[in-house]
Amino acid sequence: MVNLTIDNKKIQAEEGQALLDAARQNGIVIPTLCHHESLEPSGSCRLCSVEVGEGSRTKVVTSCLYPVAEGLVVNTASERVMNVRRTVIQLLLARAPESEQLARMAEDMGISPEPRFKASEDGNKCILCRLCVRTCEKIVGVSAIGFSYRGSQKNVCTPFHEPSNVCIGCGACSYVCPTGQIEMHTSPAGDVRTIWGRDFKMAACKVCGRYFAPEDQLQYISGRTGVPLEELMVCSSCR
Amino acid sequence: MEEKVKEIVQGYGGDLSYLVPIMQDVQKELGYLSKDALMAVSANLGVPVSRVYEVATFYKAFSLKPKGRHHISLCMGTACHVRGAEFISSNITTLLGIKDGETTDDLEYSFETVGCLGACALGPIIVVDGEYHGEMNIAKTTKLLKKLGKKV
Amino acid sequence: MTSKIKSFSELKQLQEKIKSARDPNRQRITICVGTGCLAHGAMKVADAFLEEIGKRSLAVKLDFRKTGCHGFCERGPMVIISPENIFYQHVSVDDVGDILEKTILKGEIIDNLLYANPQTGEKYVHEDEVPFYKRQTRTVFGMNSKVDPKNMDDYLAVGGYSALGKALAMKPAEIIREVVTANLRGRGGGGFPAGRKWEETSKAAGTPKYVICNADEGDPGAYMDRSLLEGNPHLVLEGMIIGAYAIGSNEGYIYVRNEYPLAVENINIAIGQAREAGILGENILGSGFSFDLKVSRGGGAFVCGESSALFASLEGRAGEPRAKYVHATQKGLYDKPTNLNNVETWANVPFIINNGGDWYAGIGTDHSKGTKIFSLVGKINNTGLVEVPMGTKLREIVFDIGGGIINNRKFKAIQTGGPSGGCIPEAYLDMPVDFDELAKVGSMMGSGGMIVMDEGTCMVDLARYFTNFLANESCGKCVPCREGLQRMREILVDITEGKGREGDIELLESLAVSIKDGSLCALGTSAPNPVLSTIRYFRDEYEAHIKEKRCPAGVCKALITYSVDPEKCTGCTLCAKVCPVGAATGEKKKAHKIDPDKCTRCGACKESCQFDAIIVR
Repeated sequence: MVNLTIDNKKIQAEEGQALLDAARQNGIVIPTLCHHESLEPSGSCRLCSVEVGEGSRTKVVTSCLYPVAEGLVVNTASERVMNVRRTVIQLLLARAPESEQLARMAEDMGISPEPRFKASEDGNKCILCRLCVRTCEKIVGVSAIGFSYRGSQKNVCTPFHEPSNVCIGCGACSYVCPTGQIEMHTSPAGDVRTIWGRDFKMAACKVCGRYFAPEDQLQYISGRTGVPLEELMVCSSCR
Repeated sequence: MEEKVKEIVQGYGGDLSYLVPIMQDVQKELGYLSKDALMAVSANLGVPVSRVYEVATFYKAFSLKPKGRHHISLCMGTACHVRGAEFISSNITTLLGIKDGETTDDLEYSFETVGCLGACALGPIIVVDGEYHGEMNIAKTTKLLKKLGKKV
Repeated sequence: MTSKIKSFSELKQLQEKIKSARDPNRQRITICVGTGCLAHGAMKVADAFLEEIGKRSLAVKLDFRKTGCHGFCERGPMVIISPENIFYQHVSVDDVGDILEKTILKGEIIDNLLYANPQTGEKYVHEDEVPFYKRQTRTVFGMNSKVDPKNMDDYLAVGGYSALGKALAMKPAEIIREVVTANLRGRGGGGFPAGRKWEETSKAAGTPKYVICNADEGDPGAYMDRSLLEGNPHLVLEGMIIGAYAIGSNEGYIYVRNEYPLAVENINIAIGQAREAGILGENILGSGFSFDLKVSRGGGAFVCGESSALFASLEGRAGEPRAKYVHATQKGLYDKPTNLNNVETWANVPFIINNGGDWYAGIGTDHSKGTKIFSLVGKINNTGLVEVPMGTKLREIVFDIGGGIINNRKFKAIQTGGPSGGCIPEAYLDMPVDFDELAKVGSMMGSGGMIVMDEGTCMVDLARYFTNFLANESCGKCVPCREGLQRMREILVDITEGKGREGDIELLESLAVSIKDGSLCALGTSAPNPVLSTIRYFRDEYEAHIKEKRCPAGVCKALITYSVDPEKCTGCTLCAKVCPVGAATGEKKKAHKIDPDKCTRCGACKESCQFDAIIVR
């Protein structure tokens, strides 16, 4: 165990733990955007920044990745930290002004938009939190979507902006997207799901007949796990 | 094309760490990176297409569109900038109708700006089809493009 | 020279053998064919020499050598005649015959090929008398003039690989101690003590350990790494092998920028030669130590000069940096202990081993030791690569070595450290150049680029230029850099277009602080430096742009007007001819006019006017 101080509170943490986890376990709130408990930290949104060190030798680091250390002194709300957080939110508000979730988060944090940043007018709500790409790569394992280009041109897409034939239509990316940018539509009959420009035929539950998952997804799971497809054709409620 | 890509990938032992040099060699061989070429790299290397596409679009060296017959590079390094390179860039755009990274519709000219050519004593510099032209200015640029056959 | 050298004593014998076979009094013509001189047409001159030497059957009494960059790039193509050490500059194909007939055969000096001091007119015959060279301390770079990069014998003839032989007989810890004593600091930009990095890597857990040479040199205007790699690849190799031995690494990489094909070619040739000679590969010089390396090319991304982005690129991914809370020395390439150093840093190592860490620490200042190669470019007379001891005054570099500002204009500022650095105004010309002093004035050493500016440079436009460069090169992973630099660029563009608003300077300053504190990697954290330093020293220029909609330097297109001075105009009609939009009009022999509504401020008229009659205000 490691002893450290966060916001003047002495706490204990496990060796190798990230500051963010140690803080949360001790009831200290640090905001995050690109963090997800099932994924390796990305360190890209910078919202979880904290100031570590003392006196003139402090530095601003992201708590999601910075490891705890014996005797470490951490300030989660110093002036430098609050400036970083305010700037990050203001920049994202200007990038995705149509995201309600972001607007609510800003309000909760008491941050108003910076009028000098010209708000984007393209309706794109993606804030490049990377949750969708990381999920598709590490949890689902198909890497159907990825990044392209760099800098402010960076965007999440299927290769060549064409429908991907490795996508299994599972919709995990849509579920995990914090701003609702990734759209997933289901036909009125429920038999077709459309995501990333591709239609997926939905499988009907053997028991209740409800359409519950794309056939492609079930086939993928079958292939990965060795469980025969037939056995997968039952929805979760009927299991 | 697929044979060529397979050969190049095998030349690097099918090691996916060499994705960037492999793509450079493929581009050198085929002139640019077409969608088919990128799909072939993905298939032969066993790397997801999304990653190949990410790398192809991340690095400036890669071109996903065919290049023009004449390739024009203008150095926009700091030394050249201070000697007026941006005026020359505007001139090229005006004369050819294309911006940095673009190719004319008739596939005659490609124009790109580069970070620094390291020949600062000669700045501003334009490289046309591998040939260096130093101490350029607006008038000389116009002359140069005229010589290439551009009706200005 | 194809058999493996099996020991240090065999190496020394081979060096002797090569040296003694070379007559120091034999005439030689040396010509620089580094990239800069090649752009000046040096290969045509070199080919002409070879042809003429053949025609006149001079090969039997005359050596001919093509080398890498000598550093005096403004004066290329350049030729040195040995053994007298005569220096000829701006040599053209037409001069080749004369040089052979007059200088080689008759010993006559060709006056108009000599370097002349632009201020005094004084001419210098010998290379070491030329002020540009005389005032430098070319410890590392001087060797470039003496070796053909494609010929390993040349390197051996000047004692090459002696440091390696000596090092292999030392204990790794002893070598690290020498480098620590020398206090060699990284020459790529970080200035981190190399000895400490080597020590950390050697103590780290995990195998394999990697040594990497960062030859991504992305700062526009800096090309010393390119010139070292092109001109003396064996020197860099030697440094790396010594480092690998000290650290306990058997595998390495040289990551070269995609835009340096000649450097890639020459380093590959050198590696092939070193392998044949048993200097790379198994059981190097019979020591039992094995090491080999591969050359990898970048894909055109400035961010890949950052170590973790470089690793990502080497691993076949997009060059996105990652958090460095755990150092690369512990977990770097493929999460293994990795020691990454810059080209010039590696190049300094053989000198430290040969002469000792104490010798090295005796050069320079308290915390910045040794010499540094700077690229001196921009509005300077003697554009080129300059090597001086750390602590040399800025004034000496710019005026004594650099020859001052072109066209006798006034010095305004010098940008050091590339896009990550800041600009330094006239008030600091007497400052010593070292890591800490540069940081104190708001700039940094960076890789050693020095861009000189005169009163014709707009500092706001310069800040916009750098911010634009960095915004384009941002990998896009983290919010402060990706979004913040974009917004800084927007504000700076507004200011240069006369759309600046009250409060913009303060907003730029506050954004700068957040970007510095919040960014993931050094590209982001140092990106605000050009903006901050230009605001610090040239705030009045920003205010003129914002409050008065005026560009004092006469650069920002939207804020200047072109007009014709009727007193000076002769009515030659040249401006009317070159004007792309028909804004310049007039009758022959009568004073012309420029229509401000049509004028696009492209500058073509000012450029063409022979009578200085175009006024830019």
